[in-house]
Amino acid sequence: MDVLVVDDSAAIRKILIRVLRQAAIITGEVHEASDGLEALQSLKDHPAQLILSDINMPNMDGLQLLSKLKSTPEWKPIPVVMVTTEGSQASVLEALRLGAAGYVRKPFSAEEIKEKLAGIL
Amino acid sequence: MTTDQIIQAVQSSTVNVFATMLGVEIVPIPPHTVKTCPPINNEVMAFVGLSGPWVGSGVVTCDAEFACRLCELFLMTETPALNEEVLDAIGELANMIIGNFKTAAEAEVGPLGLSVPTVIYGRNFVSKSVGSSNWIIMPFTCGKDTFEVRLWFACVADSSTGRIPSTQTLAA
Repeated sequence: MDVLVVDDSAAIRKILIRVLRQAAIITGEVHEASDGLEALQSLKDHPAQLILSDINMPNMDGLQLLSKLKSTPEWKPIPVVMVTTEGSQASVLEALRLGAAGYVRKPFSAEEIKEKLAGIL
Repeated sequence: MTTDQIIQAVQSSTVNVFATMLGVEIVPIPPHTVKTCPPINNEVMAFVGLSGPWVGSGVVTCDAEFACRLCELFLMTETPALNEEVLDAIGELANMIIGNFKTAAEAEVGPLGLSVPTVIYGRNFVSKSVGSSNWIIMPFTCGKDTFEVRLWFACVADSSTGRIPSTQTLAA
């Protein structure tokens, strides 16, 4: 499975990729983007079967990215899991309304990520 | 939101972030308040801004050596010297600590916005936030090391300027 990890923190991208590799979820390529605009560009060049995205990012945030993905037929089927510090009820509901497949709050454990993805994939 | 509530929320958030992301137990030291943010010497500071009906800034600060050790725990890689990866890791820790405080505070004061973190490393500088509130200094011990989470957080209606503050960094 090819995976796209979107977060403005390189540290978080590195941790998520390590967890995904340990869980054997990344079986193909993994690509990284530091905001929503970079993510869209990456998807044009490198299709993904799973996207993990932060919400609070510069240029294009995670909710804007999610909205764009779910309104584009080619990208609509890709499951998107939000991994974010944005823990307010409003943010969770907005992400789910826009079509997020799941929501993980930072700080997260590797087990939380694996359990969440096991329920989605 | 009372000072005690703020302290409890920040300490709880910080302990949780360190336990979950770093697998490290930390112990809060009794906090105190100061009028201006204390000067910095050879330390890393990560700022995160809060905006909404209440405004403020949260800061995570520690010395450079401890920042490298935190980065090693965070990323599970060797970090012999302070580099961009260390600054990014400390910025993300601040983002999670202040972000989780934000979630707790929203139950008391309503929806808040959170800025992306800004991280500074340097010697002999002071920082100042343009606002009238005191800083709450919340130290923690982590084994032999100590670090601080600093926060000022005030209702807009109670601030003297009524403006959302900006953080300035000045050479000492």
